[in-house]
Amino acid sequence: MNETSDLIKAYLGKKDKGKNDSPSFIKKILGNGNIGDFIFERLTLLFALLVFLLVLFMGWQMYSNSLLSIKKFGFHFLANSTWDPVSETFGALPIIFGTVVSSFLGLLIAVPLGISVAVFLSEVSPNWLEKPLSFLTELLAGIPSVIYGLWGIFVLVPWLRDIVEPFLQNEFPNSPLFQGATYGFGMLAAVIILAIMVLPIISSISRDILKSVPDSQREAAYALGATKWEVTKIVLGNAKSGLLGAIMLGLGRAIGETMAVTMVIGNSPKISSSLFDPGYTMASVLANEFTEATSDLYINALIELALVLFIITIIINILARLLVWSTERKWKLNPI
Amino acid sequence: MEIKSNMKNFNYYRRKSTNYFMISISFLSALVTLIPLIFIFYYTISKGIANLNLNFFTKLPTPVGESGGGMVNAIVGTLILIGIGGGVGIPVGILSGTYLSEFGHNKFGFLVRFLTDVLSGIPSIVVGVVAYTLVVLPMKHFSALAGGIALAILMIPTITRTTEEMIKLVPQSYREAGLALGIPKWKTTISIVLKTAWKGIATGILLGLSRAAGETAPLLFTTLGNRFWSTNVFQPIASLTVYIYEYSTSPFKDWNDQAWTAALVLILLISVLSLTFRIITRSKYKS
Repeated sequence: MNETSDLIKAYLGKKDKGKNDSPSFIKKILGNGNIGDFIFERLTLLFALLVFLLVLFMGWQMYSNSLLSIKKFGFHFLANSTWDPVSETFGALPIIFGTVVSSFLGLLIAVPLGISVAVFLSEVSPNWLEKPLSFLTELLAGIPSVIYGLWGIFVLVPWLRDIVEPFLQNEFPNSPLFQGATYGFGMLAAVIILAIMVLPIISSISRDILKSVPDSQREAAYALGATKWEVTKIVLGNAKSGLLGAIMLGLGRAIGETMAVTMVIGNSPKISSSLFDPGYTMASVLANEFTEATSDLYINALIELALVLFIITIIINILARLLVWSTERKWKLNPI
Repeated sequence: MEIKSNMKNFNYYRRKSTNYFMISISFLSALVTLIPLIFIFYYTISKGIANLNLNFFTKLPTPVGESGGGMVNAIVGTLILIGIGGGVGIPVGILSGTYLSEFGHNKFGFLVRFLTDVLSGIPSIVVGVVAYTLVVLPMKHFSALAGGIALAILMIPTITRTTEEMIKLVPQSYREAGLALGIPKWKTTISIVLKTAWKGIATGILLGLSRAAGETAPLLFTTLGNRFWSTNVFQPIASLTVYIYEYSTSPFKDWNDQAWTAALVLILLISVLSLTFRIITRSKYKS
């Protein structure tokens, strides 16, 4: 009895209020919502916006801090092959060359290995083996870059210097790839380190993509009498674009890899056909020279180099993500 | 007739042998992948353990030529740096992740999700350059703060995406139950949805922190490094990773040996973090 009258009172009260005053400004914005909800949604939106703006802001910040160099060198910055801080001539061509060559050759080793590991994990291995093996490859991806570099300096480089490089020079004395002194430090060491570092990324993303291919595809092939390898070929064909995305994510990582490469590549801005010669990559120039840069123009040139690296990796990552997403979604949207 | 069946047999064996060949190749490549892992762990442990003693955790680095000494400043420095990084990165990551999962089913949400993935692929050294232009240039000197901000930017994508994925796992009925009781959505999200997903979110945070602890490139020209005891966030600070870089590229054998020890301590630090992460995820699946 009491309850009902309360309800009626509340109803009447509401009605009276509505009659007397027009809805307040806050109510107009809120509609029927709760003020807490309004604030909460806008707050989380603000932080999401922050993440969104961060990417744009990073680009703008580097652009506005490298204007000196951009104005002075223009597009010659990318085409000039002299990088000489003493005479303040900054051409990034040898550095871009080193970056492209080291990551390309690193991928040449890592891609076949990485995809075949992914095939093993997703198609071949029994369940009890798959989990620990996946854990170990992820562990490999979690080791800090500087520890790879440390290992590179004290284990990989001496091995290359004393055994691998003299052997290659003896076997192929006329090959342009294996000329010059065998210091150990150089392009070859960087390529090997990059291959080791990129491999777990390519294999774990590829494994996820292979797993997203529905089993009905495999079952259909088995039903036709296909062997495991023939089934795998069909799965690989279905996952083609996603695998390309995984490779490109690996490429993005290789291009931006800094510490391990800086520690073993020898750091010299020269274009050379020999794998034994020292090289330079964009990231290692930044790591090596940033604290030494004294003049404004020098710092601006380095920041412009970072901007170029930023733009390249953004483009690679956008393409890679689109490829990976499209493959993973294909099966979700059109299940068979 | 006989020739035909021989052909059939031959074809059958060819297919079978190709099959075994390719399978063994994929098995071998899985083994090959593990070789560097074994190598790296073997060398880090065997070379690092020689100098691993109490001094390493309690003493400051000694000048060149003097043996002994430790890296207490670098261990504390690394902890301070990931503390600053986490202090900035964790709230941003959790709130933006919450937006993506609870409100982000629109074009803007899609864009943010996409850019977060792209952000995670940007080289850490580029993030270091941005932190340099953002903090070091206006303040005119290197500082722990600059390094912490670089680490925060690097953590944000990991934490955002894990938070989103973990919140998505919370069943829709939990939200409906909260709303049916008349609890406003913000309160439902904080005290029901986030509370249910917090273990998963903690996993993401620990993953972000342990990655940040291993970063070197963004610290080189933001925190710079410091040979003395310092906990001032507005001054250059020491960190394990920068020490590993400097000591391993130096010509002194003492320092090279200490670099291995620092690497071992860093791996131990990260293992402790990821072990916690494993335990947390395991208990999540048990319950």
